[in-house]
Amino acid sequence: MGIEVRNVSKAFGSFQAVQNVSLKIPTGQLMALLGPSGSGKTTLLRLIAGMERADQGQIFFHGEDYTNRRVQERKVGFVFQHYALFQHMNIFENIAFGLKVRPRKKRPSKQEIYERVTELLRLVQLEGLAKRYPAQLSGGQRQRVALARALAVEPKVLLLDEPFGALDAKVRQDLRRWLRQLHEKLQITTVFVTHDQEEALEMADQVVIMNRGRIEQVGTPEEVYRSPANAFVYTFLGRVNLFHGRIHQGKIKLGEHELDVPGISHADEVPAVGYVRPHEIGISREQSEKTSISAIVRHINPVGPIVRLNLKRTDTGELFEVEVSDERYRELDIQVDDTLYVNLKSMKIFLENSKTEAVAEESDLGEAADSGPVWDEQVAE
Amino acid sequence: MAKRLAKKSIIPGFGLTMGYTLVYLSLIVLIPLSLIFYKTASLSWKEYWDVVTDPRVIASYRLTFGASFVASVINAVFGTLIAWVLVRYDFIGKRLVDGIVDLPFALPTAVAGIALTSVYSDNGWIGKFLAPLGIKVAFTPLGVIVALTFIGFPFVVRTIQPVLQDLDHQLEEAAFSLGASRLQTFVRVLFPPLLPALLTGFALAFARALGEYGSVIFISGNMPMVTEVTPLLIVTKLEQYDYAGATAIASVVLIASFILLFIINCLQWVSGRRYFIG
Repeated sequence: MGIEVRNVSKAFGSFQAVQNVSLKIPTGQLMALLGPSGSGKTTLLRLIAGMERADQGQIFFHGEDYTNRRVQERKVGFVFQHYALFQHMNIFENIAFGLKVRPRKKRPSKQEIYERVTELLRLVQLEGLAKRYPAQLSGGQRQRVALARALAVEPKVLLLDEPFGALDAKVRQDLRRWLRQLHEKLQITTVFVTHDQEEALEMADQVVIMNRGRIEQVGTPEEVYRSPANAFVYTFLGRVNLFHGRIHQGKIKLGEHELDVPGISHADEVPAVGYVRPHEIGISREQSEKTSISAIVRHINPVGPIVRLNLKRTDTGELFEVEVSDERYRELDIQVDDTLYVNLKSMKIFLENSKTEAVAEESDLGEAADSGPVWDEQVAE
Repeated sequence: MAKRLAKKSIIPGFGLTMGYTLVYLSLIVLIPLSLIFYKTASLSWKEYWDVVTDPRVIASYRLTFGASFVASVINAVFGTLIAWVLVRYDFIGKRLVDGIVDLPFALPTAVAGIALTSVYSDNGWIGKFLAPLGIKVAFTPLGVIVALTFIGFPFVVRTIQPVLQDLDHQLEEAAFSLGASRLQTFVRVLFPPLLPALLTGFALAFARALGEYGSVIFISGNMPMVTEVTPLLIVTKLEQYDYAGATAIASVVLIASFILLFIINCLQWVSGRRYFIG
C-alpha cells in the first residue's frame, strides 16, 4: 500500500515541527527519514501513524484519505525507540495483544493466536522466550519483540521510530542487516526514522533528508550521497571540510590557492564555500602545481583501515581533516608537526544566497558542473 | 559483626545508621506497642475474652472494619480518578486542586468532623437535599463512611500519582496502534502497572480509617450498637480508668489490622513481582 503525504504542516505551540511537507512512499519500499534532531522526522512519522493530528494537509493510504482516521483504524505497525513493551505481560502476551483486543467476531481462536505468535517468535528468532517478561530480555531482544508485536496484526505499513537508537553499536549492526532481510521477505511498506546517516544509507531503498521541518532531498542512497541537492545534505551525509573563499573570473580563490570552477561564469566577486570530503583530499611530501596548499599536521587519529589527519593550513590557518589509507600513512611516515602539501581532488561549491551550485574537480576539470537548487540557510553543524 | 549482617558496601556507617534505626523504631513504635500487650496481660484469659467479645464491642468492630473497608474502596476508585485527572490533563487551577488533595492531611480531624456534621445534617447544605430522599448521613453508619472517606482520600491519590506520572505515554500509543480501544487500553495496559500502587494507597487509607477517632465521633452520634466505632470505645474505657480493658480492645484491632495489611502486602508483592525480575 502506498502512502502519500500532501502539504502537511504541524506546529507545537510556536514551533513549526513539519512545514508543508509532501512525500510519496511507494508500496513495498523501505524508506528512511533522516535528519538531525528537531528536523521533524519523528513528527512526520507520527503524523503518518495518526498519533498526531496534522494542522494542514492530507494523508492518503493507497489513494484513500486517511487524514482524520484514528490510529486504531490505520492498521499501521509502530515500533518505538524505547520499545514500549507491556511490562506486566510476558513475551507471548505482548505479541498476542493486538489479536486479543480484536472485536469478538474478528478475533482468532486461542489455537490460531498460539500458532501465529509461535510463527512470529520464530521470525524474530526468539523461540523459547515466550514465557519471559520484557525486563528479562536484552535491548536487542526487546526491540525484536516490539517488532513481532507490531507484525502480529498484519499491518499494511510498518513505521519505526529510531528503532536502533537505544542499542549498542554491535547489536545495531546485526539488527540493521536482519531488518533489511526481513523487509525483503515480507515486502511491507516500511518507513523508519533515524539520525544516523550510515544506517539510512545502508538500509533504505529511498532516503528522505529532512531539516527544520522541511524535506531537503529525496532519493536513493546513491543519489543523495553522490549528488546532494544542497549544502545541508552534503554536510549531513558524512564528514566534510569547508573552505571559505571568493569566486573570481570563473575560479574560486581560497587564500592563495585558486581552483577552476566550470559553469560559474555568471557569478563573479561573490563569497563562496567549497565543500570537500576528507577522503577527497590527496597529500604528498613535495610541493607541485597541483598540491599548492601547505598544511601542518596537528593531530593523527588512526581508525582501523583509515587514518584521520587534522591539518592546519599555513596560509589561512583554517583547520581541516584528511582521510588517508593506513598504507599511504605508513608510506609517507607522517608525524605531528610535519608539513604536507595537499590537493583537493574534488570540491563542491555552494554560493551563499544564490541559485548556483558548481563542482570543481581538479583532477578532471573537463566535467560540466551541475546546477542545483537554492541554498540560503546556514549549515546546521 | 556488621560484615556478617550486610553485604560489604562502599557507603560507610552501616553500624551507626542501623543502630540508630533500631533505637528509633524501638522508642517510637515498638515499645509503645508492646505496652498494649503488657497492660492487656494484667487481665486473665476469661476477662480478656469477655471484654473483647462484649456485644457492644463486637458491633463496633463490625462498624469500624466495615466502614473503613467501604471508605477505602470508594477512595481507591475516586482517588485513582483524581490522580488521573491531575496527571493527564492541564487545566487552569490544577495546582490549586493538587493542593486541596492534601487538606484532609492537614486539617485537624475534629474540625473536619464538625464541618462534615454540619454539612450533612438534616438542615446542612448537602443534608437538606438528601433528607427528602430519605437518606440520612449524619448520625448514621453512612456518616461514619463519609468521615473515613474524607480522611483517607489523599493516601490513594498521592500513591498513584507518581506511578501514573512515570507511565510511558507510548504504552497507550502502542496499544492504540495495535487496535485496542480506549477502554481495553486502560484495563489491559494502564491498570495492571497501577495496581501495586493502588493496593498501597488502599492499605494506607484503610489503616488510617481503622484508627480514626476525631472526625468520626462528631458525625456518628456515638449510639451504642449502631454508630459507635472501636477507637471511641477505647477512649470511653480510658476515661473510666479501665486501662486493661482499653488495651485489650486495642490489641484486637492491632492484630486484625496487622493481618489485613500483611495480606494486602502479599497481594501487592504478587502483582508487582514481575517488574523486578531480571
